[in-house]
Amino acid sequence: MTLLQLDGVSKRFGALTVAEAISFSVGEGEALGIIGPNGAGKSTLFNLINGTIAADSGTVRFAGTDVTRTPPMARCLAGMGRTFQIPQPFEKLTVFENLLVAGSFGARRSEADAYDRCAEILHDTGLIDKANVPAGGLTLLQRKRLELARALATEPRLLLLDEIAGGLTEGECLSLVATIRAIHVKGVAVIWIEHVLHALTSVVERLLVLNFGRVIGIGAPAEIMASREVKEIYLGIEI
Amino acid sequence: MSLIDTIVQGVLLGGLYALFAAGLSLVFGIMRLVNLAHGDLIVLAAFLLLVLVSTLGLNPFLAALLVAPVMFALGYALQEVLFNRTLGKDVLPPLLVTFGLSIVIQNGLLEGFSADSRRISTGALETASMAAGPVTIGLMPLLALLSAVAVIVGLNLLIYRTALGRAFRATSDDAVTAGLMGIHPRKIFAMATGLAMVVVTIAALYLGTRANFDPTAGPARLIYAFEAVIIGGLGSLWGTLAGGIILGVAQTLGAAINPEWQILSGHLAFLAVLLVKPRGLFPRAVD
Repeated sequence: MTLLQLDGVSKRFGALTVAEAISFSVGEGEALGIIGPNGAGKSTLFNLINGTIAADSGTVRFAGTDVTRTPPMARCLAGMGRTFQIPQPFEKLTVFENLLVAGSFGARRSEADAYDRCAEILHDTGLIDKANVPAGGLTLLQRKRLELARALATEPRLLLLDEIAGGLTEGECLSLVATIRAIHVKGVAVIWIEHVLHALTSVVERLLVLNFGRVIGIGAPAEIMASREVKEIYLGIEI
Repeated sequence: MSLIDTIVQGVLLGGLYALFAAGLSLVFGIMRLVNLAHGDLIVLAAFLLLVLVSTLGLNPFLAALLVAPVMFALGYALQEVLFNRTLGKDVLPPLLVTFGLSIVIQNGLLEGFSADSRRISTGALETASMAAGPVTIGLMPLLALLSAVAVIVGLNLLIYRTALGRAFRATSDDAVTAGLMGIHPRKIFAMATGLAMVVVTIAALYLGTRANFDPTAGPARLIYAFEAVIIGGLGSLWGTLAGGIILGVAQTLGAAINPEWQILSGHLAFLAVLLVKPRGLFPRAVD
């Protein structure tokens, strides 16, 4: 069943086209990777999907409803979770409180329920030792984990991950990939923007290539990476 | 008049000033909104209490129980239809709009109640007091101080122990990200202003029963509230209580020397604190 469907979504900032007639769909429980050079419009695409910016034309459908004009808060409540490339924790709240906010508002859980669920998520994402530390004091890896944990606490059906493995060491990256795979296995659909290709391809079933706001290709990772166009545009190899 | 008695009366007066300030502090802490109509809203609530007490003959405390939800609804609505539209990067619109509201409330009250000074009668409570050694403690001023402590304990519990309080803090930290967590920032702001108006009702109860008030009494209460918040340091409710008490003690000490010096000495104490600790005594907010 289709969970997310974009049809001809376009967005321009003045003369700059950041998204041009983007169409693709993601099924329930599917994992899609998005790659493309810097400035290709990857994060903009996430903004269009979760409503942080409004599309000029085209439609976004989520879980069978047209959400093109729906504000981000309502899309969160409908089941869209998102992490940011630059983590944006509530710095003055503790790590646990960061999750509780998402659990009691995003997932509409009762206080006691949210406590249990959020503790579980902290455990799964390896942050349980940091539960009572103010989020402003976390390291980069911990902040990235908190982004992921907090998005999970909203109990999304679709998780949008924006370069969550960037800037991590090899070991950190591997353990993060394991965490994401575990989330995906539980049936959460994932759309993941990432430059760290081996991390991406170890989780996703399909890859989408973006360049200058256009979809260059979408398909199985091996197929996509073998295509001449992708090699030229994305990897910068002249063939 | 003994020095100890003067200081005790100042501490009790400080309780009232802390009540003036707590609502102001709450709203500023959550949405960085400076409500210049805060003092006038206190006076408005005092007039509502006066109407209930004088026409229905209600006990003032019971009247406050009835006025509190009305003020909550007023605060919620004010935030939803007026203040939310003014919030943004520019700090000027909220100042102008709340300043305008202050004038509207003052003139509305003047139309409705004339410029006469009023007072809410509490019957026997008005003069009830107890002697503690050389000091005489009035029951109503003592209740004002105890109420201020209760309000601050209550607000702190709310802010640090409940889901709504976490939403307050998360929205204060980053309203956009809070929206992505399923929080509706405008509703959260409206709740905060509604709550502030409940505190305003409690402040109005003790203002109206302690001293005379008239439709133009608001701005002076606003200044005391501001001074209490700033002496205590932005973002700390206990600091606000301390600020109120420092202001109260400075005023009663000034008045003990010369009755004309009461207001002036309060302002001088405020200036002195600003000179020594520009960020207040117990600053919490970093930005």
